[in-house]
Amino acid sequence: MNAPRRTARPRLPAGPWRSPLRGPWLTSVFGAVLLAGLPVLFLTGLLSYAAYNPDLSPLNDKTPAKGLLGFYLFSWPTHPAWLYRLNQGVHVTLGVVLVPVLLAKLWSVVPKLFTMPPVRSLAHALDRLSLLLLVGGALFEFVTGLLNAQLDYLFPGSFYPLHFYGAWVFTGALAAHVALRLPRTVRALRSRDFRAELRTPTARTRPEPQDDSGLVSSHPAEPTMSRRGALGMVGLGSLALFAVTAGQSLGGPLRETALLAPHGRDPGSGPNGFPVNKTAAIAHIRPQDLGERWRLVVRGPGGRAATLTLADLHALAQYRAALPIACVEGWSTENQHWEGVRLRDLARLVGYPSDPPGVFVESVQPAGSFRAVALRANQVRDGRSLLALRVNGAVLSYDHGYPARIIVPAAPGVMNTKWVRQLTFGASDFGEPA
Amino acid sequence: MSDVRKRPQRRGPARLFRTVYGQPPLHLLILLASFALCGYAAAKLLDGDWRGIAEWFVGAALIHDLVLVPLYGGTDWLLHRVLRVRGGSTDAAAAAAAEPDVRTAWLRLAVLNHVRVPAFVSLLLLLVYWPLISQDAGPHYQAATLLTPGVFLGRWLLITAALFAASAALLGVRWWRVRGHRRPPRPPVVRSHRPQPPQP
Repeated sequence: MNAPRRTARPRLPAGPWRSPLRGPWLTSVFGAVLLAGLPVLFLTGLLSYAAYNPDLSPLNDKTPAKGLLGFYLFSWPTHPAWLYRLNQGVHVTLGVVLVPVLLAKLWSVVPKLFTMPPVRSLAHALDRLSLLLLVGGALFEFVTGLLNAQLDYLFPGSFYPLHFYGAWVFTGALAAHVALRLPRTVRALRSRDFRAELRTPTARTRPEPQDDSGLVSSHPAEPTMSRRGALGMVGLGSLALFAVTAGQSLGGPLRETALLAPHGRDPGSGPNGFPVNKTAAIAHIRPQDLGERWRLVVRGPGGRAATLTLADLHALAQYRAALPIACVEGWSTENQHWEGVRLRDLARLVGYPSDPPGVFVESVQPAGSFRAVALRANQVRDGRSLLALRVNGAVLSYDHGYPARIIVPAAPGVMNTKWVRQLTFGASDFGEPA
Repeated sequence: MSDVRKRPQRRGPARLFRTVYGQPPLHLLILLASFALCGYAAAKLLDGDWRGIAEWFVGAALIHDLVLVPLYGGTDWLLHRVLRVRGGSTDAAAAAAAEPDVRTAWLRLAVLNHVRVPAFVSLLLLLVYWPLISQDAGPHYQAATLLTPGVFLGRWLLITAALFAASAALLGVRWWRVRGHRRPPRPPVVRSHRPQPPQP
């Protein structure tokens, strides 16, 4: 007889993906936050590269093979003076704050990594390859950025090319991902009322309806947290990261709130007590190079040159400028009060009575990146661009560039060369001016 | 999979393309444009220690998916087992009015989340600031910044302690409110279902 089979069909063993919260709506919420944040990271990153004026000199450019990827470069302005400070503060702080959102987004889609069969069609194969570039690129960018901001240079190579070219790989994959997924994301976001979701406690939390997204669990566990709770937890993570990070870019009394950030403290007190990131010791500056024998050589066109002692520099007209120091690593200082000789006045000494060209700045520092950089004409002509001899009413300390350092409004920290020994107006590389 | 919307089946080359490729031509066009940009940048990215860089690129994705996710997923599962949480929830008001075993279930779930959330935030801070907390580049950090590298571990531990303390305090308040409302004035509808106590 055909007795009805009582035994249930053999069920698949309960897989690990049982969260009742996974589904297109939750994934789309995290995706929407990233869609707002990642373009800001990309744009501020591109701007930071432009701020080095890489097209001006090979010494400014750590990615000389950029090719078409440098299509957008422009001459970096000096107004407003806090431009680079804001740019890098946003870039680094936002990057840190988006870490939990990125992790949550990846958590929400991780079952799809194990979909069976692994490849259904040629389209599916290409799609998965694109996702490898997307996920690998995202993590590569976040990891290299976080390591560099913490001065831990574990990555295989120089930070600049890794982070810059990596960003283009990531962005290329992200653009395709957005183009292919945006309609589905919008539909998913419209499938549930966000406000209603924020009023739904765990007791009334139900899985999203089964669909072909591959995100909703086929055998969901009972919820132990609401979607409101999950979003709140991720948001709390972002908030906590912001709280222990942002102070290093805000400066002043708020610096001390950046409990885990690399520059959440001042290294000292007094006029020279503000943060430093390249000390005289680490730059291998020898005290004898900065003593009585120190001279500043200013060169111009046609072999014109002037050699100045520190006393000579003090005898020139002194100007003041209140300008910040802002590092590519995201930390910055509030305005410091610099005092010294204007760069355009030094250009006048070697034959540029007006409209001086750019200048090539060389440091006493014997080796290493950015021991020499080129500044553009607009930077030299700005009246606030100084060869500074004093800061906050005191002589510069060795670690802040004694006896003389460059300070240019809105320029990245490393472009403000310390321990300056030579200025060549009209040049952008070693050798004679053009 | 992708989301190029399905269009009504057409005959001819478009249909053939879909059959062979699996998606409409636009899907291929978008991906090829993306691969062109990625390839152009990747060629420059890999111009150097290409093996090291490729390992980092692919390794980051693999370590995340195959190590980090199972690690925190497994820890969360273990926490469920230890606290004997079965899932399913009663909201606080219902728990307050209910029998002791329901209240215990409420408490187990509440404890779970009051451990989960501070642990999540604490581990997140550890992950992001691991290079500083572990002093991986401690000597270089000190030489470059003149700041002592040893403070971060202590600070992270203090933040972690503060997070758990705040979470425990909040749980205490919630539990007190559930217990405090154990015998709320029952609404008439509920009362009518219960046997009337004998009048003295």
